[in-house]
Amino acid sequence: MGLAEAIILAVVTASTPLLLAAAGELVVERAGVLNLGVEGMMIMGAACGFAGAYLTGSTLIGALCGIAAGMALSAIFALLTLGLAVNQVATGLALTILGIGLSGLIGAGFVGEKIVPAPQLHLPLLSNLPFAGRILFAQDAFVYLSLALIAAMWWFIYRTRWGLVLRAVGDNHASAHALGYPVLTIRTCAVLFGGACAGLGGAYLPLAYTPFFIPGMTAGRGWIALALVVFASWLPGRLVWGAYLFGAVSILQLHAQGAGLGIPSQLMSALPYLATIMVLVVISRARGSARSAAPASLGMVFVPDR
Amino acid sequence: MRLVLERRAERSTTIAIASPLIAIALTLVTMTLLFALLGKSPVAALWVYFIDPLTDAYSLQEIAVKATPLVMIALGLSLCYLANVWNIGAEGQFLIGAVAGSWLAVRTNGTDAGHWVLPAMLVLGALGGALYALIPAICKVRFGASEILTSLMLVYVADLFLDYLVRGPWRDPKGYNFPTTPDFDPVATVPVLIEGSRLHAGALIALVLVAGAVILLGRTIKGFEIKVVGSAPKAARFAGFNADQLTILTFLISGALAGLAGIIEVAGPVGNLRPNISPGYGFTAIIVAFLGRLHPLGILIAGLFLALTFIGGEQAQISMRIPLDLTKVFQGILLFYVLACDSLVLYRIRLMPTHHRAGYGTG
Repeated sequence: MGLAEAIILAVVTASTPLLLAAAGELVVERAGVLNLGVEGMMIMGAACGFAGAYLTGSTLIGALCGIAAGMALSAIFALLTLGLAVNQVATGLALTILGIGLSGLIGAGFVGEKIVPAPQLHLPLLSNLPFAGRILFAQDAFVYLSLALIAAMWWFIYRTRWGLVLRAVGDNHASAHALGYPVLTIRTCAVLFGGACAGLGGAYLPLAYTPFFIPGMTAGRGWIALALVVFASWLPGRLVWGAYLFGAVSILQLHAQGAGLGIPSQLMSALPYLATIMVLVVISRARGSARSAAPASLGMVFVPDR
Repeated sequence: MRLVLERRAERSTTIAIASPLIAIALTLVTMTLLFALLGKSPVAALWVYFIDPLTDAYSLQEIAVKATPLVMIALGLSLCYLANVWNIGAEGQFLIGAVAGSWLAVRTNGTDAGHWVLPAMLVLGALGGALYALIPAICKVRFGASEILTSLMLVYVADLFLDYLVRGPWRDPKGYNFPTTPDFDPVATVPVLIEGSRLHAGALIALVLVAGAVILLGRTIKGFEIKVVGSAPKAARFAGFNADQLTILTFLISGALAGLAGIIEVAGPVGNLRPNISPGYGFTAIIVAFLGRLHPLGILIAGLFLALTFIGGEQAQISMRIPLDLTKVFQGILLFYVLACDSLVLYRIRLMPTHHRAGYGTG
């Protein structure tokens, strides 16, 4: 396996958790809800996913545990922001603080343990093709799942009636309510879906990326996923490019550190974060004063009148 | 039957005062369940967490030491949140303030520099924090980039920058390869208030700042503008208040306060610059700000309370082998309850029959 091939494989693996978490958040934000707790849901997904896989020996059960953990946290978020009309930004922060603490508590017993990483699915014949074979046809199941998820999301958002309703709820909750759509129910479903995706994205880290659990192993990926949604202008297709771009930055900086170019390793480690800021500035500036691409009701509290 | 929210005609003053207390009570109930779940005696654990630290002089001083940075940072954050500006990167501004002030301490280390060093360090610390906070503020005002994400990203950058300095150019050559700067000279150290204790003059600075914030918010036009821009943006536009200018101002103030807290922490209790100078003060201060209902005096009380949880958490870890992460869980749960109870100031919850239009419900 050549170096270029190895790098591309690593990029795909580094991008997948970002893509999964960002995909969920995109649906949440399309419904008009800003859940800043992605980092907390991801790290809980990582801790519970590892615990599940370690105790049962099954990657699948680990992934399901991660999903359940993410959904459980997002249910708290939904209860507060949708049920009690609490400020979404503050609640999201609380969710992250709680998630980091709880994951440390749950994961403490598993630090230092190892599991068998998720197997790569080799498609017969195709995966033996030179170069492209290994990259396209020998990834783990999560990679294919994440891409299928994006395709399904695109179809749902743009080609189904309920996708249209979801966008309506996100763009103008008052009108959607007046038309008789259950705004809060739709938003709750979206938030739970986002929690499931963030939990799965987090679980991917110990299940496939590194086969062990370290406290705080998400290292800000949840926040980068939030930035990716802005980068993608809330369009599912663009999310894929964004996630892979960020995966590439984080892998290339690792290789640059290994090559020893005389640049301080801390500066290289800071690159993904600096790149995020840069991208946010460029994207926000390009959009300028023209109508923003963000869902119009994003982050606003909605209390239905009776 | 279902629960619905109904907006109150007026804010409920009773609940506004009671809500932090209700939140703390609910948190304690939840903690009791958690302790039981961990197989620890809840009564003993709660005692170690919340009562023991209040019974000896050493712990009381430690609470004041821990509350100092929390209160200072939270005062700045409360101005931001009142103006509906979401600075969540105070942790980074804290670290950069510590770095900026430490620069002078490292430069003058071992020289016969006079007593001007410490005041200059404090100014540099505040300046460093303010300039670092200016980055997300400008990204927001000039380019429309979300200040939430940019300020948070800068926390990671600040953390790595500090790490680079103490492992590289600023490392103490006589420090046995530990990643720290040399210990600061006496003229570069915040004096202690009581001989032989860790309680330092920074606590007094925090109290002065609380008084300053009371005056700023209650007695000045700028304080009034901050509150109006946050609570009634349309009215603020009609009145001609410049929201962009206030975004920059609140970011600068909160960055300066976080930076000042940072340099006081390293020049006070820590004594030199090293990684892990903060157990997440910048994030816990967010909870302090909300628990204190964004009011300076409330923040002072809330800061002391959360400092108590830090000390209690450490003692519970030592004496009862309760994981330190439980303190974070506790803080997260507390913030949830605080926010939920705050909602009751604006709304009341009513039980409604599901088919209320059919007319046979009891309402």
